[in-house]
Amino acid sequence: MSLISQLPAFNITIQSGEMAVREALAKLLDGLTPLSLDVEEAGTVELVMAEALNNIVEHAYPKGDPVGPIDITCCHAQDGLHMTVLDSGRAMPDGRTPLGAAVDTDVAFDEMPEGGFGWFLIKDLAKDVTYDRIACQNQLSLRLAVAIN
Amino acid sequence: MDLRSRSEDNLQVVSVLDNRIDAAVAIEFKDAMRASTDGGSETVVLDLSQVQFIDSSGLGAIVASMKHMGASRKLALAGLTPTVEKVFRLTRMDSVFSVFSTLDGALDELKA
Repeated sequence: MSLISQLPAFNITIQSGEMAVREALAKLLDGLTPLSLDVEEAGTVELVMAEALNNIVEHAYPKGDPVGPIDITCCHAQDGLHMTVLDSGRAMPDGRTPLGAAVDTDVAFDEMPEGGFGWFLIKDLAKDVTYDRIACQNQLSLRLAVAIN
Repeated sequence: MDLRSRSEDNLQVVSVLDNRIDAAVAIEFKDAMRASTDGGSETVVLDLSQVQFIDSSGLGAIVASMKHMGASRKLALAGLTPTVEKVFRLTRMDSVFSVFSTLDGALDELKA
């Protein structure tokens, strides 16, 4: 088994925005092409990163604030893909990520939740999710257990 | 957001022609669903066979569409592709909707 990563680390930077998130996801999956991820693995990558990036667009750079950069680094290691996302927007409330508990679906029709699924999906599908506020930046790190030798 | 609507006996089939229902288009999707389903059949089958990806915003928009239709009407989902199916399964929202793997399967089951 090779100790050398199949894929050199790469970086994507976008200006915060919903269409920019689509662009970043497309570039990310494109960059991962050499790993030949199957549909399941690629879906996991896209879903977790979509949720992380959407959170930044919505909460770190909310409407009314100036837009700013979102920087994504992807490193392929023996235990999967290590993703780091940096932004210079508003800090997370309480200085930590939401719990990401499962959303209760056993409720009356009119109470059916329309949101709150994002952090659950991140916490369910990704490992080692950590958040730090360093100087004026948010740093979210996580590991996706895909492309494991 | 490109939706195509047609009648199939007592049912309405709404096919989503976009391949993503995500944060970028969630509100458009809700608006388009409202326009398609207001005053329509009791049972609507949402054909998602062209949709390759939804995120939590897309999921929320589909739930919102169901709630807007009201408790006396039914929104069934058909043709879930792998990532879409994963989102519904992980969030357990696949127990809230009737989910069919194919549109034909949905029509067979739901036509009067």
